This record gives sequence, C-alpha cells and structure tokens, in this order.
Amino acid sequence: MRGWLKFGIGAAALLGIALAATQAVDNEYFFFAGYVVLQFIVLATAWNILGGYAGYVNFGSAAFFGIGAYVAVALFKAFEAPLAAQLAAAMAVTGLMGFAVGALTMRLRGVFFSIATVAIAVICETLVVNWAFVGGARGTAVLQPPAPALFGSYTRMLFVAMALFAVLAVTVARYIETSWIGRGLRALRDSEEAAESLGVPTLNLKLFAATASGALMGLAGAPLALYMNYIEPTSAFSLNYAVSALAMPIVGGTGSWLGPVIGALLLGSTQQIVTVTVSSELNVLVVGLLLVAFVVMAPQGIVGLLRRLAWPRGAK
Amino acid sequence: MPLELLIEAVIAGVLLGCFYAAVSVGLSVVFGLLDVPQIAHPAFLVLGAYGAYLLGTWGVDPLLAGALLTPLFFLGGLGVYRFYHAVFEQRSDAGLRSLAFFFGIAFVVEVALILAFGVDQRMVEAPYIGESLALGELRLPIRMLVAFGVALLLTVTLALYLSRTFTGRAIKAVAQDQTALALMGADPVRIKQWAFGIATGTCALAGALLIIVQPVEPGLGRLYIGRTFCVAVLAGLGSMPGTLAAGVILGVAESVVLTSLGASWAPAVAFGLLLVVLAIRPAGLFGR
Repeated sequence: MRGWLKFGIGAAALLGIALAATQAVDNEYFFFAGYVVLQFIVLATAWNILGGYAGYVNFGSAAFFGIGAYVAVALFKAFEAPLAAQLAAAMAVTGLMGFAVGALTMRLRGVFFSIATVAIAVICETLVVNWAFVGGARGTAVLQPPAPALFGSYTRMLFVAMALFAVLAVTVARYIETSWIGRGLRALRDSEEAAESLGVPTLNLKLFAATASGALMGLAGAPLALYMNYIEPTSAFSLNYAVSALAMPIVGGTGSWLGPVIGALLLGSTQQIVTVTVSSELNVLVVGLLLVAFVVMAPQGIVGLLRRLAWPRGAK
Repeated sequence: MPLELLIEAVIAGVLLGCFYAAVSVGLSVVFGLLDVPQIAHPAFLVLGAYGAYLLGTWGVDPLLAGALLTPLFFLGGLGVYRFYHAVFEQRSDAGLRSLAFFFGIAFVVEVALILAFGVDQRMVEAPYIGESLALGELRLPIRMLVAFGVALLLTVTLALYLSRTFTGRAIKAVAQDQTALALMGADPVRIKQWAFGIATGTCALAGALLIIVQPVEPGLGRLYIGRTFCVAVLAGLGSMPGTLAAGVILGVAESVVLTSLGASWAPAVAFGLLLVVLAIRPAGLFGR
C-alpha cells in the first residue's frame, strides 16, 4: 500500500505540472511535441500489458490506434459528439477488438498470433480506406472546437487529457502487475499448460489483458484527428505506431510498468528532436536500430541494466 | 460478373498465384521447415527487387540481375542465420525476442530503402514488360507469363532439391527430428544454416520477379507479409506442392476480388484468407 501512496503522489504531481505548464509555457510547440510523447506512453504501456506480462507479441497496435481515431472521427462527423463521448466510444470499440484478439489466443500462439495481429491491422486499414463517410483514402479535415476557457488552446487541453490518459494507463498496468492478475499472466507466459494445470484461469486472464490493452490503445488514438485537425488512413494506421508500441517497452524493459514509460520518454523525445533537427525517416530508423540492439544485447531493457548497476551480481 | 470476365480473372489469378508461390517458397522453408519466425522475409524480397532495379539502371536485365544477386543473398542468409542462432536459438526465452528481432530487421530494411531511394515507386525496363499476348478475346501481359514461367521453375527446382538430393532430404529431416539427425552424425545447425541461405537466396530472384510484375516501393514488404505468410501457412508448413497450390488459391481469390470489387479491397484478401486459415485449419492444406 505504501508503494501505491508514493505512486499516487507522483502521478498527481505530474498531472499538476502538466496543468501548470498550460498556464506557464508560451511555446505552442512544447504541447504539440509533449502530446506525442504522452501518447506513446499510453501506447507502449498498453502494449506491455499483453506483450510484456502475458508474452503475446502484438504487431497490430496500429489497428487499435487507428480504429480508436476513426471511431472518434465518425462520431464527431455524425453527431458533433463531445470529446468525452468520442473517447468512451473509441475505448468501447477497441476494447471489443481486444477481446476478439484475446479469443484468438485460444488457438494461436507465438508467431501465429503475431501474424494474425498484422492481418487485423491491414484489414482494418482496408475497411477505413473503403469507408467513404470518413473520407476514405483521401482522409478528412476535422476542425478543433473552441477551447474551454481554462486552457489557452485546444491542443493544450488535449495535452492535459493525454497526460491524464498516461497516468490512467500506467495505473492500470501497475495494478495488473502487482496483483494476482499479473502473477497469473507471468505464469502463463512461462508455460500456459503448467499455469492452467495449477488452476490459473488462463483464458479469462488473457481475455482481460487483451481487452485492457486494446481499449487503452484506442484511447491513445482517439484524439488524433482533433490534435492534427486532419486524419487519413495511411498515417493513422502507420507502421510507425506498431513498431514504436513494441520497441518502447522492449528498450525500456518489459518486466515492469516503469519500462514502457522510460522507453516512451526516451524514444519519444528522441524522435521529436531528430524529426525537427534531421529528418523523420532517420528518426524511425533510430527506433528500429535501437529495437534490434536491445533485443540482441539487453533483453531486460534499460530497467534491467539499471537494476544490474544497482544490485550487482544478482543481489535482487 | 459476366463469365468471360470471370474466366479472364481466373487465368490472371493462376499466373499471379505461381508468382506468389515463388515469393513464398523461401518462407515455406525457413518458417515451415526450420521454425524460424522470419517476418523479415518480405523485406528481403523488396531488397531483392531494389537490387534488380539498381542493376537495371546499368542496363542489366532484371532476371539476370536476380540470378546474379542470388549468391550474394545466399551468403547474407548464412550470416543472418548464424547470428540468429548465436543470439536466440540457445536460450529459452527466445520466442518473443526473436519475433521482435526479425520485426525490427524488416523495419530497418524498409526505412533504409526509403532513405536510399525515397518513397517513389520504381520499375525496371525489359523487352517483355508492357507488351501483351492476345489469345482471341483474352489478353495476357507477357511480364506475367515470364514471371509465371520463372516462378514455376524456381518452385519446382526447390521442391526437387528438397525431395531428391541428399542435403535436401537432410533439411527435411532436421525439420522432423533434430536430435535424431544429430545422432546420425550430421550437424543440424549447419544444415539449418544452409537451408536458411537457400531460402534467402530465393529472395533475390523472387524480388526480381516482383519488380517485373509491379512497380515497387519500400513499404511493399508489409503487404507481402500477408501474402507470403498466407501462402506458407495455407500450404501446410514446409510442403512444396502445397506452396504452389496455396499460391494459386490466393492468386485466383485476389484476382477475382480485384475484378469484382475493385483494387482498394485487394490488400485485405491475403490477410483475410490468412485469418480464416489460422482460425479453421492452422495445419494448412498439406499439413503434417
């Protein structure tokens, strides 16, 4: 419980800083870039719930992210639905998708599961490309409504909202990790048969993890169109999201909730800096190379490296 | 759909299908027989296509370029397998990490190609590209016939190699029982390395076919993840006749969807078929 108290204070402090920044910082770019980094924290944390704890590698994060964004756009275009309704609908739809993916794990494991998630991503993108109401392949413009009085601009409000989502995602991940759910997931990651035979409800746990992971990814994507003022399928379903969602936890360390956060902060802000100073292709190359390097040389990620520094020779 | 259109679509689908078999045959070997989650296979394919493009700018025929690049890809494949084996195959937690590794490799290849060539589509020039053969009402593009012929040759050669030669049979044996093979005095790792090299080598020639069949851009590999894995899984892992049959099934399905619903639905065909196969019969048509 004392761990949770500290965690809660830290989370509240971060939210407070985010809120204060909207009043204190003048530079609009800060919020523009900060939003992206926070969005990656949500995405990476969500991926880690299924990929890190349960060991099911999802290559189709972009499907959840993109569908989340498009559900929000469809509601906005159809009924001018308020942001909260868009977010709730996006989470509901991608949560259901996650549930379906969880059901897939009954039959598919390892590489077969991963390829099935690639398939889901491409099929979702094809559906959206052929959906004329939301602009099809050409995309559609979405104008930001006027910002509430408290915030200087709509982007600032989305920045605070995304900070809230990041705290929510990490709280969910931390809860799963420290509770019996996480122990069950880790058990089934090591051996599904052994876990099942010891009475771990493997299917229910996988369904839960996949649903939570999907809903959080949808939440990360839902405000995308309002943030960009525009949306089109190629960028909403970009492979970049799928790779980042997987690279960030692996670079940070998949074992704990802190890993994806560190990975997202590090890779996300590097991406922003490289994109601005050099080129956006180079920044994705950096992500890919770091992913390969960490998978090969430091499978426990940065958290694992730090742990080895702090407790040499396996004291913990 | 009128009958003539359907017949035309089916014939085009068969030609396309043999080409799909050729691009998937290497994956059938590494994924089907060796159990390596080679998600970077389609990326190597696109790399082969760009190799043919690069040699094509010096006036080399794409098919010749593919043949010339094959040994180079073979050596590259040996290296990749050696590395993969050293880092992943001897550990217990290899599953998740080797998947992420190959996914990362595929991504790095794609981005490197974007940095080197840009995102524009590239194509090659050859006498047989652009012409078509008229058989009565039917018009068959000659490039598809060329791809069909070479693809068939490649797939049949590899099938014969695996079933008739000593090394080929050893590759099949390593897939069945690695320990038994080691007890017979053969080194399973060397045989797997050899097989991985051959499979990567096919990417050079199949990549040349790819750029003959359609213009290529760096992101094409992603679409071919669906196509190649669909064929390899539908085939029944590692079966060469199955690879040919599965390729034709996919080719016909895609071609019929293309003529009836339009090009924008085509990418979903392979992935949809793949999901159906995975859900209903993961062992594939000719599964063990």
